[in-house]
Amino acid sequence: MKIAGDARMSNMTAIQGTKSNGLAQPIYLDYQATTPCDPRVVQAMLPYFTERFGNPHSRNHYYGWEAEEAVELAREQIAAIIGADAKEIVFTSGATESNNLAIKGVAHFYREKKNHIVTVVTEHKCVLDSCRHLEQEVFKVTYLPVQKNGLIRLEELEAAITDQTSLVSVMAVNNEIGVIQPLAEIGAICRKHGVFFHTDAAQAVGKIPLDVNAMNIDLMSLTAHKIYGPKGIGALYVRRRPRVRLQSLIHGGGQERGMRSGTLATPLCVGFGEACRIAQKEMASEAERLRGLRDRLLNGVKAGLPEVYLNGDLERRIPGNLNISFAFVEGEGLMMGVKDIAVSSGSACTSASLEPSYVLRALGLDAEMAHTSLRIGIGRFTTEKDIDYSIGHIVEAVSRLRELSPLWEMHLEGIDIKSIQWADH
Amino acid sequence: MAYSEKVIDHYEHPRNVGSFQKEDGGVGTGLVGAPACGDVMKLQIKVSAEGIIEDAKFKTFGCGSAIASSSLVTEWVKGKTLDEAAKIKNTEIAQHLALPPVKIHCSVLAEDAIKAAIADYKKKNGPEDAAQ
Repeated sequence: MKIAGDARMSNMTAIQGTKSNGLAQPIYLDYQATTPCDPRVVQAMLPYFTERFGNPHSRNHYYGWEAEEAVELAREQIAAIIGADAKEIVFTSGATESNNLAIKGVAHFYREKKNHIVTVVTEHKCVLDSCRHLEQEVFKVTYLPVQKNGLIRLEELEAAITDQTSLVSVMAVNNEIGVIQPLAEIGAICRKHGVFFHTDAAQAVGKIPLDVNAMNIDLMSLTAHKIYGPKGIGALYVRRRPRVRLQSLIHGGGQERGMRSGTLATPLCVGFGEACRIAQKEMASEAERLRGLRDRLLNGVKAGLPEVYLNGDLERRIPGNLNISFAFVEGEGLMMGVKDIAVSSGSACTSASLEPSYVLRALGLDAEMAHTSLRIGIGRFTTEKDIDYSIGHIVEAVSRLRELSPLWEMHLEGIDIKSIQWADH
Repeated sequence: MAYSEKVIDHYEHPRNVGSFQKEDGGVGTGLVGAPACGDVMKLQIKVSAEGIIEDAKFKTFGCGSAIASSSLVTEWVKGKTLDEAAKIKNTEIAQHLALPPVKIHCSVLAEDAIKAAIADYKKKNGPEDAAQ
């Protein structure tokens, strides 16, 4: 299954058959794709579908005021988790829209003076595609490489900035490998050069402490569905002092201070706010618990299998992510084998290009190793029992598929598969 | 994407997994695909003095459809002459397994693997000696 941005990451193992864990459904281990709504979030949202249904922009009656009050509370809750002011939060439909608005909005607003943007090769597709779109206009884009651990080099970033640069866009946490970029250091460099710093924090909010002022972040993309909130809502933080200006993408009634017209979805705003409130309150304890589960899983798999490699830095990484290459076993075939767990693969057997994950390739991984990777996402509702079951399940499936693998056979015979002249197909 | 029942059956119960001695004169080995592309198939045939494929084995690195395609062809080639086996078309494999368009390349690779195994056998045994 081809993983294309988040859509590709959301490919669960859609395979029928009896689940040997005795469950009707596979164990969900794809928390970087999306998360279930926390029941507390759903509870908070429910009244806003029915009795409190008002249009938050209706300024002249009770229903509107009630909805507006709820939306503004949510805005404060969202602002609080990133150390911002509520006035700096613009609601959007999700991180894809936020990234589009930040990148195209800043580029277009400042186009008379500046025409250069700096970003990174491992960014989410919606950032890269927005940049490609701008390249077709008058803009120039620099795509920074990453090191083997997935992190950028600060000196390369600084060297890339010119007097024509309007924006630096570097994601906070990578969606495939979970690595955390040095945000405070990047922010300091951007501030020093008078360049706006945008970060796609879709995978970071609620997972790691974020502070837009301490980190000198000027724009930040957020989304609700990665932190146990509803799908269909996100936000863009836009700094007010010093002020960042944007050209809007969606025109209309001038809601969201003219930056994003359209009636706000009150229940989704409320859910997003509640999700942030919970995440902020529980972040420290949840991170510790997830780190324990993550280490248990990694150590268990490594103890059961040789030739297993972690992709991306382990230390500078969110606790809920693992991305592992199981050498000599193709990822999509492996996903079919681990049908009791729902994970994603960095392989891309179904794509026309047969290209595996561009993120893993950017780390310098061989295409063959990128084809053997699984992304495993652990989250709020993952239990120790889930992890222990998954270890055995993965070890069994990999072992079985290695018995089936001609590459594993060659490896055991001491043949270097790189020494063989393979025909491309 | 949901897999067809036949693909799942071959994936979960692959037929004829294993290897013959490559050096054995009666064995033809086909190794096709590339690790960088995410698919490698090794198909081996054991040919009788009468030129009949008596046995076949495979090993595959790839997705479920690739494993199923190679498992299926090991069943199909058994009992066939080399000429008959060489006539197996990828379209028949794809049709039998109900492969979706994005998985057609798996069936193409399986057809290539048969042809490569036959070619290897013929090369070893010489065009004159090879039982036809």
